[in-house]
Amino acid sequence: MRRVLFAFAAAAALTFSGVALAAAAPTDPQIAHIAYTADQIDIAAGNQALTKSHNALVRAFAQEMVRDHTAVNEQALALVKKLKVTPQANPTSASLESNAKAERVKLAKLSGAAFDRAYAANEVAYHKAVNGALADTLIPSAQNAGLKSLLQTGLKLFREHQAHAEHLVHDLH
Amino acid sequence: MIFTRGRARSLAVLATLLALGACGGPKPAAGPKTYTVTIDKLAYVPESIQLQAGDAIEWVNKDFLRHTATAANGAFDVDLAPGASARTVLNTPGAVKVSCRYHPGMTARIEVDPKE
Repeated sequence: MRRVLFAFAAAAALTFSGVALAAAAPTDPQIAHIAYTADQIDIAAGNQALTKSHNALVRAFAQEMVRDHTAVNEQALALVKKLKVTPQANPTSASLESNAKAERVKLAKLSGAAFDRAYAANEVAYHKAVNGALADTLIPSAQNAGLKSLLQTGLKLFREHQAHAEHLVHDLH
Repeated sequence: MIFTRGRARSLAVLATLLALGACGGPKPAAGPKTYTVTIDKLAYVPESIQLQAGDAIEWVNKDFLRHTATAANGAFDVDLAPGASARTVLNTPGAVKVSCRYHPGMTARIEVDPKE
């Protein structure tokens, strides 16, 4: 998630408000792919934190991210199966993944308190960017009511995560 | 339960209430009651509940996410996996703020009245 958020933050100007989505609103299969990718990125970030961090607050947060985003993606997979929709790769999800990968590499070089602070800060940035994309682009563009509803629940959840991440940043200072 | 404990007069009152179909109305001095609070889409439903000391709440998590119902005053803290439910008894009169430890934006309020 953090990687995704960071990627989102970095890519937001280029991707969400720029070329990729400005040309045409994303289709439901593209939205499903973006949302799934965004979740997977934060799960990977959480797992990285669980491997590297010894801080109880950071670990609890990371466990929550892995648990919640896994649950959202299980819902997303069940939904696309029900709708017989195949998520479609697109420049936005590709950009998210490549940015997230870069962030993972960056975080891998850190350890201890430096890692904890960088992870927490990235989680704030990532969720902020994802939430902006959900509110401004993905939810308004979603055509299917079930997909729209899941995205709306996702937004509510990720706003909680953003608030939690902001508290974590504060606590780690 | 009331019949076995009740005196002749309360039996008569109860019989009258039953006859009037007033079971769901204002309660006579009956036993503790259990209220249900459902959790779905990151919200407690209802968000506000008033009961009497000794009554219970059945927390039912219908969401696909794990949540808690945690009392700010420490009276209870139940951790609910998706689909799980748990029951808490409220014995102390007063207002209780409830939130989810994982998603603190989720809140509810319980008003516990003294037992009549």
